[in-house]
Amino acid sequence: MSAVIEGHQDDHHHGPAKGITRWLYTTNHKDIGSLYLWFSFIMLFIGGAMAMVIRAELFEPGSQIVSPEFYNQMVTNHGLIMVFGVIMPAFVGLANWLIPMQIGAPDMALPRLNNLSFWILPAAFGVLLATFFMEGGAPNFGWTFYAPLSTEYAPPTVTYFIFAVHIMGASSIMGSINVITTILNMRAPGMTLMKMPLFVWSWLITAYLLIAVMPVLAGAVTMMLMDIHFGTSFFKAGGGGDPVLFQHIFWFFGHPEVYIMILPAFGIVSHIIETFSRKPIFGYDSMVYAIASIALLSFVVWAHHMFTVGMPIAGELFFMYSTMLIAIPTGVKVFNWLSTMFKGSLTFETPMLFAIAFVALFTIGGLSGLMLAIAPADFQYHDTYFVVAHFHYVLVPGALFSIIAAVYYWLPKWTGYMYDEFMGKTHFWLSFVSVNLTFFPMHFVGLAGMPRRIPDYAMQFADYNMIVSVGAFLFGLSQLLFLYVVLKAIFYGKKATGQVWEGAQGLEWTLDSPPAYHTFETPPNLEAGEAKG
Amino acid sequence: MSSIKKSVSKLFLATVGMFLFGFALVPIYDVFCEITGLNGKVTGPTFSEYEDIGNREIKITFTTTNNNGMPWFFDSDRSQMKVKTGEQNLMSYVFTNTTDKPMIAQAIPSVSPGKGAQYFHKTECFCFEQQYLEPGESISIPLKFVIDPDLPADISSLALGYTLFDITKDQMTKQASN
Repeated sequence: MSAVIEGHQDDHHHGPAKGITRWLYTTNHKDIGSLYLWFSFIMLFIGGAMAMVIRAELFEPGSQIVSPEFYNQMVTNHGLIMVFGVIMPAFVGLANWLIPMQIGAPDMALPRLNNLSFWILPAAFGVLLATFFMEGGAPNFGWTFYAPLSTEYAPPTVTYFIFAVHIMGASSIMGSINVITTILNMRAPGMTLMKMPLFVWSWLITAYLLIAVMPVLAGAVTMMLMDIHFGTSFFKAGGGGDPVLFQHIFWFFGHPEVYIMILPAFGIVSHIIETFSRKPIFGYDSMVYAIASIALLSFVVWAHHMFTVGMPIAGELFFMYSTMLIAIPTGVKVFNWLSTMFKGSLTFETPMLFAIAFVALFTIGGLSGLMLAIAPADFQYHDTYFVVAHFHYVLVPGALFSIIAAVYYWLPKWTGYMYDEFMGKTHFWLSFVSVNLTFFPMHFVGLAGMPRRIPDYAMQFADYNMIVSVGAFLFGLSQLLFLYVVLKAIFYGKKATGQVWEGAQGLEWTLDSPPAYHTFETPPNLEAGEAKG
Repeated sequence: MSSIKKSVSKLFLATVGMFLFGFALVPIYDVFCEITGLNGKVTGPTFSEYEDIGNREIKITFTTTNNNGMPWFFDSDRSQMKVKTGEQNLMSYVFTNTTDKPMIAQAIPSVSPGKGAQYFHKTECFCFEQQYLEPGESISIPLKFVIDPDLPADISSLALGYTLFDITKDQMTKQASN
């Protein structure tokens, strides 16, 4: 990446330091954004490799390639890495790159804290991945680490896992404090809250969610640690505790967490759709209120993950209705995107293709979510592949597609070079076909009763599982193509203009491509009315 | 720049507050369970006497379960009885340490359906008490209970389940750390 910014130093500012120390000591939001994005990209391939092992094992029924114990470790770490190591760092990387440029600020409010937030992340994942080489193997209790599976029956490496989760949490919390402080204090004069670009809005709300729930996760793993090592009984039934309490605490964190992984995607997709529709976003205000209501509702729906633990009927009904209520603000957003495209001068560059696929496929994931919200039906769907299909639809063609779309959309701005449009479109169509091939048949085997988290399955699920595995291998290979497209753009791409996209609105497009190492040292003039993005 | 300091300190306080809130969820959950009968949690011995006896007959089922790996013999002296609401009832449970080592165990009760839990009053019981038994030792412990006449009309039967946990190791580590 050092090649990217070379030769674009301002005369009166010092540019980036040379060599490795530039990246170790950097406090520059653009450098840290790149670090986060590359870290996320590397973790995508590590977590993806684990998914490939899972799909290879499930290619045929019977025990094929790995032992059931190792299979469990793969499932657990695939989930943990994709959630905490890919989606979340990628969004933080985008926040670092874009928020200061979109609000006309010179940098993040707390640059040194920003450096620390990033650099403890590789440490956390180093600890997590090191458990594979320890006695007892890596964590094997699923990414939701339900007690007592993760306490009384856990491998000894669970302590390293707890430590890793603490570090990840600290990193997210510091990053969120930074984002909120930046947005609240460093906007260019004239940029009121309701004139902020939607990506900034979505991240402001996401950061509040993170601050509200990451400490609760830290509390949950601390209680696990105390149960395992200090003889307390938070989750030990034998000592008067309750394992179900763990599920309540976990999902009190876990449900807002799944919105943390989708709200920034809403912001990204809004920008891309308005750019390639050449129209301002339809219903800006309602978009903001929709994000805020989704965030608020996320705190009162957590028990829909645990309908089958034995709740009073009033509880089942409350969580069922509150969950269904979320469809309303989400529907507002989907219809706003469609209305933005309606009668727009549409063009279909790669970012737009990924954004449209996001709207369509995320909606499929949302609708299967509504099916799962129906408490009596959930008794059948619970812990089947239908659930796996649901959350992969919202996370892969949802969150991950939005991140890929964002990379295609802003890559020319970040690097100064255009990507290869033909290769980008090839990457899109391969990903689009294979992602559906992978996750759509999971609905069918799930409804037919195939349980999740198992290394073997009954014969009648064999055909669909083979199709799913073929789709998964193709999807995995397609992402290698993505890496190629990004590298090709950086090293051999054509020069990009400052505007890059004809219809792009927002302060970041008023800068050069790539932007100078330090931008908006003096706040921009917003009289032109270009702030609303 | 003081506005930045203000934001950071507010957000830092919010973080600490939410960490504490995570721990506050534990007692909140217990209170919530007590009110709603969630998970069939029941309280320890309570003193309850009722004057109106014999309006309704309730079928009570008793189950005993040994937690994974718990070798003791553990059973109730009967598996079912019919009782009248408001009436004092007596039954007993037998615990036998079938191993050649002294062990400590604890039986955890649960009533189902959950919403009936708060009407199941135990006036004398071994709930939340630890049982220490020498190798081969056996004891019988009585359980006295009364069913609250306010038990909702749609409940005609209740089940009281006990699960026996081996807590020898936990108690040893606790004593060692003291």
